[in-house]
Amino acid sequence: MLIEMQKVVAGYGGAPILHGVDIAIEERDIGVIVGPNGAGKSTTLKAIFGLLKVTEGIINFEGRPITNTLPDRLVPMGLGFVPQEKNVFTSMTVNENLEMGAFIRQDDISATLDYVYEMFPPLREKRRQNAGELSGGQRQMVAMGRALMSKPRLLLLDEPSAGLSPRYVGEIFEQIVKVNASGVGVLMVEQNAKQALGLASKGFVLANGQNLFTGSGRQLLDDPEVAKSFLGGQG
Amino acid sequence: MMRRAVLLYLGLFVLVLAVGLVMGAPFTVRLLVEAMAYALIALGLNIQWGYGGLFNFGVMGFIMIGGFAVTSMSMPLNMSFWQSDGPLMLGKVALAGLFGAGLVLGANRLERIGAGPRLKRTAQVLAWIVAYIVYRSQIDPAAAYIEKQAGWVGGLGLPVFVGWIFGGLLAAYVAFIVGRISLGLRTDYLAIATIGISEIIRALIKNMDWLTRGTLTVSPVPWPVPLPQAYQAWGVENSTSFVYARAGYLALIALVVVAALFLVQRAYSGPWGRMMRSIRDNHIAAEAMGKNVKARQLEIFIFGSVLIGIGGALMTSFAQIFDPGGYQPINHTFIVWVMVIVGGAGNNFGALFGGMFIYVVWVLSEPVSQALFHVLSQWTLAFGWGAIPDIESRSLQMRVFVLGLVITLALRFAPRGLIPEVIRRHS
Amino acid sequence: MNEFIFFINNVLISGLILGSIYALGAIGVTLIFGILRFAHFAHGDMMTMGAFIAFLLALGASALGIHGPLPNGFLVLPLAMVITAGVALGIDRAFYAPLRARGAKPVTLLIASIGVTLMIQGLIRLFFGVGTRSFFESEPKHLIRIPVPLDGVTRTINFTEPQVLMLIVTVIAVLVLHLFLTRSRLGKAMRAMADNPDLAQLSGINTALVVRVTWIIAGALASMAGTMLALDVTLKPDLAFNIVLPIFAAAIVGGLGQSYGAIAGGFLVGFAETMAVFNWAVLLRPFKSVLPDWIPNDLSIVPTEYKLTVAFVILVIVLLVRPTGIFKGAST
Repeated sequence: MLIEMQKVVAGYGGAPILHGVDIAIEERDIGVIVGPNGAGKSTTLKAIFGLLKVTEGIINFEGRPITNTLPDRLVPMGLGFVPQEKNVFTSMTVNENLEMGAFIRQDDISATLDYVYEMFPPLREKRRQNAGELSGGQRQMVAMGRALMSKPRLLLLDEPSAGLSPRYVGEIFEQIVKVNASGVGVLMVEQNAKQALGLASKGFVLANGQNLFTGSGRQLLDDPEVAKSFLGGQG
Repeated sequence: MMRRAVLLYLGLFVLVLAVGLVMGAPFTVRLLVEAMAYALIALGLNIQWGYGGLFNFGVMGFIMIGGFAVTSMSMPLNMSFWQSDGPLMLGKVALAGLFGAGLVLGANRLERIGAGPRLKRTAQVLAWIVAYIVYRSQIDPAAAYIEKQAGWVGGLGLPVFVGWIFGGLLAAYVAFIVGRISLGLRTDYLAIATIGISEIIRALIKNMDWLTRGTLTVSPVPWPVPLPQAYQAWGVENSTSFVYARAGYLALIALVVVAALFLVQRAYSGPWGRMMRSIRDNHIAAEAMGKNVKARQLEIFIFGSVLIGIGGALMTSFAQIFDPGGYQPINHTFIVWVMVIVGGAGNNFGALFGGMFIYVVWVLSEPVSQALFHVLSQWTLAFGWGAIPDIESRSLQMRVFVLGLVITLALRFAPRGLIPEVIRRHS
Repeated sequence: MNEFIFFINNVLISGLILGSIYALGAIGVTLIFGILRFAHFAHGDMMTMGAFIAFLLALGASALGIHGPLPNGFLVLPLAMVITAGVALGIDRAFYAPLRARGAKPVTLLIASIGVTLMIQGLIRLFFGVGTRSFFESEPKHLIRIPVPLDGVTRTINFTEPQVLMLIVTVIAVLVLHLFLTRSRLGKAMRAMADNPDLAQLSGINTALVVRVTWIIAGALASMAGTMLALDVTLKPDLAFNIVLPIFAAAIVGGLGQSYGAIAGGFLVGFAETMAVFNWAVLLRPFKSVLPDWIPNDLSIVPTEYKLTVAFVILVIVLLVRPTGIFKGAST
């Protein structure tokens, strides 16, 4: 099991937002967490990445407990996180952003740099431009590229399609599938439920900080219960 | 909380008694008067910081303004000034000032006659430059003349109380200007801006010899109650006369402090105070609710400055000397901040306690460290290293160190102060 | 021509020297603000402390009979910088880090830094007394006079050996810093942390290490600036208290968090000060015969006593008109 959360209760200090959440995925999985607003989707990712306090339950990565471990210790362990907002260093160039992603690495990073530029060709010509000057879609590419530079084995993405035009949404999802194909486990939170569940090998529907439905993406999309209670509004 | 406050005040009382026994009554009464003046100033800063969240680091400037105000009001008339051309020249300076102000205001309103923003900006800059040149052309010769002929403009010979009130008013006026300029800035910028402004005020007061006598100092500044000399003339023995005289001043100052405390407490517990605190705690939300945050902050700033100005005036009257060179940021701004933070920001009793307690600690650090140094000196002598030189001046510097230490310890162990703000929860 | 040389000496050269000192101090302040997010008020006293450490070391060197081609103050500078950097780390560990760990607000840290500044001031005055000292008590300060080979010129362009060394050292320091920030991974990590501290942590950047490096750089530069100032004038305990505010002015003018802005701001404030107190009427003297009589003898913008207020006026104007500074740093 690449990562598993068991009965996790977590919050920002006051009342907990997650009331016992279970998540589990393997390396070959693309895991997608969907649910209505306030369900605790982003909170789940943040709990894994040590950005808030977990009061009950455990989180294991590759069999080792990582509950409440600080983010900068998780990156060397093989996790990567792409936050939803403020996910690039706006005053630094694209190339520098990628270099920062590779901060923990001691070896030669040029092969990984090439890999990222192959994956996102528009970035190659903009490599000396400040990330703050790029369009939303390109920024998202930089954000993902930065996270990939540390060669993570699990990539967490918080609403990667947020604010992007439909063309870029398709592209980003395509790249996510490619990344997963190269051996990186993916766990992402998405508002764009239908499209995301379409590529999910494991889907988790959360509501009110708890699991509502779990299954493969296909199963959830076909399930009338899921469609009724949640996907109905998304058409 | 009440118990803790009472205990602390009791402790302070015991400390003062102990000081009295060791250092004698005249010293102690003087200490108390000065401590109460600082307590009033701390109360003023507490209003600005504790209630308003305003980071006023220019406390020294307002204290100086209070001192200047009372000096100008209560010192006797300087006849050699009034009989010379001085008043006439100052009149011309005033005219130049009005002219300059008119220019600047006119430039500010230039859009009324249809001028574009570029033109207005150039006009504003030009207006300031011309106004400055015109003003300097009048003030430089006037200042030189006054200093040569009469020394300085002298006072107005008014009662000391008037001086104190004027101290508050002048401080309020300056606070208005300073506040309008700088209150929009975020907290640490406001701190730096107020330090800067206070330094500008200090430079001005220190160098305008024609107005303040600058480093030549003004003395003796009159008292509102009988001086020791008066008591001695009535046959009282020397050191007791000091005690009586100072006790008289103490009674007066205590009245002022109690009155101020009463006023501030009333304001604090009323609707005005509640609104202030809501602005302090979340000014974005307050703004969203339609409260004019900037205007309220300006009110708080002015209100606090009035108390600081009066405190400064009280101090100068008591010391009987106005010495612009004697004001130091450490002694007059930082120390007040330590008083408020250690005493308890947001709590008037805390601020008062902090004011008196920290001042006593500050003053006592010197003789205590002197004693310590002497003991150490015996020790080093015994070891053959020779006595420690300059014990007096070094002991004086220990005060600074102690102050820094106190503030650091307070932030570490009692960040909300010894008598912290009482937050009432409504269930 | 003599008057022009007077101008060069009193405005250009003075401005250059003052600007270098302000720039070095401002870089430290701006780095600390960018990475640690608070106004480090104790920076001026860190400069003074650095200068006193250098003074002690120089004394020690003289006592040991070491006399190099450069003034002892310069020879011991690297060592003084190392020691000051160490002290800076210690101060952070003892006073600021515990507050940061508790999530203290920037204002609280500012107050703490005031506590630190008072303690350093007190200790320095305690050990050294309040008098002034000079680095040149046991060796001479070399003056360099460059004669100008034109007719009728009696003045020379003057500067002192320490001033020349100062400029060279400043240029080297700025270059090294630039290379560090743009070429080294750690330097870029510092920029990243200043840009977006949360993302920096998420990228695996060792934030504790960056904080330590920040204090080391700030401490070293402060020591350099303080020592150079003391070499140029004299060494006294309140040496740097008067400098704190011009340095903050320089940092804010340049944009808080922007190192290059701090350098630009430093020179701007330095030249502004020297130009403001310069008596421009001196430059008009050669033309006295053609100019009308009513032009006064003293055309300085502000009297010399108000030199310090120049920096504050600049500061206030910048805060009102363009709070983000020239290079658009942090603001409200």
